[in-house]
Amino acid sequence: MLLPPELSVSLRVERPMLPVQPCTPPRAPFCFSPSRLRFHRQHEFFEDGDIHRHLYLQDILTNVTEVTERSKVSEFCCHIVGCCQVFDTLEGYEHHYNTLHRNMCSFCKRSFPSVHLLDTHILEWHDSLFQIMAEKQKMYQCLVEGCAEKFKSSKDRKDHLVKVHLYPSDFRFDKPKKAKSSTKHSKPPSKLDMSMPMDVNVETYEQSQVDSMEICPSESMENPTQPVSGPISSLQEKKLYKSRIPSTICFGQGASRGFKSMKKKV
Amino acid sequence: MWSRRSCRYRPDASGLEELRARRREQESALRKARRQQQLVSKRLLREDSLVNGDGQAGVEIASEPLSEQEILQLLRDVQRGTEERKKLLSRLRQGLQHKECQQKFVRLEGSMRVLIGLFTSSLANVQMEAARCLHELSHSSDPSVAEACLPATSYLLTYLSGHSVEFTELCLYTLGNLAVESDAVRKQLLPQGIIPALTSCIQSPHMAVLEGLGYVLSQLLQAREAPTKIIPLVLDSVLPQHMLRLVSSNLELGMGVAVEFAWCLHYIVCSHVNNALLISQGIVSTLVLLLLELASMISKAATEGLELLICPVLRCLSNLLAEDETEVCKVQIQDERLLVALFLFMQYFLQQHPFLVQECLWLLNNLTADEPIFCSAVLTLDLLPALLQLLSCSRMVTLLALTVLCNIAEKGPAYCHQLHQKAVLPSLLSTLALSDAQVVGQSLELLHLLFLQLPEAVDDFLRQAGLQALEQHQDNPQLQERVRALSETYLQPAAASLISCADASAAVLTSS
Repeated sequence: MLLPPELSVSLRVERPMLPVQPCTPPRAPFCFSPSRLRFHRQHEFFEDGDIHRHLYLQDILTNVTEVTERSKVSEFCCHIVGCCQVFDTLEGYEHHYNTLHRNMCSFCKRSFPSVHLLDTHILEWHDSLFQIMAEKQKMYQCLVEGCAEKFKSSKDRKDHLVKVHLYPSDFRFDKPKKAKSSTKHSKPPSKLDMSMPMDVNVETYEQSQVDSMEICPSESMENPTQPVSGPISSLQEKKLYKSRIPSTICFGQGASRGFKSMKKKV
Repeated sequence: MWSRRSCRYRPDASGLEELRARRREQESALRKARRQQQLVSKRLLREDSLVNGDGQAGVEIASEPLSEQEILQLLRDVQRGTEERKKLLSRLRQGLQHKECQQKFVRLEGSMRVLIGLFTSSLANVQMEAARCLHELSHSSDPSVAEACLPATSYLLTYLSGHSVEFTELCLYTLGNLAVESDAVRKQLLPQGIIPALTSCIQSPHMAVLEGLGYVLSQLLQAREAPTKIIPLVLDSVLPQHMLRLVSSNLELGMGVAVEFAWCLHYIVCSHVNNALLISQGIVSTLVLLLLELASMISKAATEGLELLICPVLRCLSNLLAEDETEVCKVQIQDERLLVALFLFMQYFLQQHPFLVQECLWLLNNLTADEPIFCSAVLTLDLLPALLQLLSCSRMVTLLALTVLCNIAEKGPAYCHQLHQKAVLPSLLSTLALSDAQVVGQSLELLHLLFLQLPEAVDDFLRQAGLQALEQHQDNPQLQERVRALSETYLQPAAASLISCADASAAVLTSS
């Protein structure tokens, strides 16, 4: 194309504007009148450019960003006390750190995917004032950022999450503080064992204190089906106590011996 | 995102021809889709695991697809932790590159549940690998596969506020792929709070994250229901201010981020929802300055992909200039440097990316329509020859160039005089030889403007066999009225006076 040389120089030269003659409306059969054109999103005028854009998305065109190679470094260890994970890329370490150590509750050592969830956890679990205030007013904040709704209870909040925000009812980061022992899945037998917890953490859903909004740090790769530390069931508890108290103990005179009851003991 | 694509396998000559053929196929498929208003594309992040450390490209070995039994076994092994979970998931991921495998996977009962469980695990590398599997699924061309990923969206959104760049980037591209899939997906994403999640994520300083975010947003904004359901939400948030900031940032480091947000802005502006708001936030000056900077980049070094950024910016400015005046006071641009920038773009892209020329001319039309400054500058900066060259290009380009010339001619006799001086007539005569009625019609409009304000143009036109050029169109119903009007009002009287002049001088000669 024939562009004049030194355009940028010409721009700076003083060039008076040509005089304008006020225009008269066009005379028939001529109809031209200068106007600013406007095209709506689906207009065919945009077709070529849109195609070009989509070819780019589908990676048929070349890159536009400078390339940064991911470098490997010699193996190093996570420096958090008690964590012995090893890494050979900075990105790998960064991800590990952010998943496990970054948003960690200093009271109970649980990790959260975001500051927002961590703050909510601390408030609801470790703030004694919260419990007091929660009796009188709605204190449970909706977990979705941008939603300002508050609720009287954790359950109400969960219902809101499911109904309004279309969250799954088993959203991992919203479990109630007091765990109910979860019921065995009564699904029809499938090829995969659905009673097995779907995550790789140590604590199972059956026995663990299922905590709200947390990621459990996994200490070892134990077989997840084995029940681990958790509240011992009341049945086991009774047995334990029974076995501790010898039958020869007697409380007071004339009282029936030990814990002899009318019924025959097992 | 692009870091992983640096070492793509470079094919030899025959492979190149194959690639070109493939590209042509894909292009025509895209055109067809657009005409049916179903233009949908997804992005895939995939590590070229066979790239050697020194950057030499390896050949991509096609991984074997997995059978249903193999998938089942993999999942069981992952749950039991019998082998290193990351390796197992890696194998699964490779299998999931194949459509049949994806379909088998989602049909297996409980498979998605297991995958999501791994995706939310605390073991970072397992989580990453599960995320990659999810990403492969999101990219599927089978809608049922992508929709099977729906249960994962709440977690994808939760993780957007995390700090791991690579992981967040992956989540963003997965979300972007899902968002473009269907109405149903977006109907879930919006109440789940995708807009607020993106709003906090956009404060990240990492370019990879920002580019991914721009991608998600551009996918959302392209949706059919975007003007009513999505754009109002976006405009209500602080996203527009961030978009304006990001569209002109970091250009030297790579334009990936700017490209995404430029397209986002285009989708918003061309939907005409509330452009007044954007105008009040300074979009016009931001974009003008951006174009000026891009024009200066052209002269410095060849930058690949510049047209991907320039195109949406041009479109935004053109549409903003054409905003309804009753809603907002008319947008005025008076920076002459913009004019020069447009011509530089046209010169640079005329051969490689001709579509950009018509986009530039659209903006040029909107600038010259009622701003005499630009009309005058075209003439005084000697840009007319370049403009006239465009009259021999595609139909749309010719039409728009003629319209710009009409804009200039309409400003007054001084402008017509300059046009005539700088040889507009010969070019017009060429356009009159074309068959397209709209193009010829616009030429006639230009002739009318010239003849009306500049009598000497009539004589010159006649001398260049203009009458004959016109007459070939006298039977065309779209053109005949105007042809006749020009003929009767200007050309025939002028021809008659020429003849009478010639007679008179002949009489003088013969008498003497």
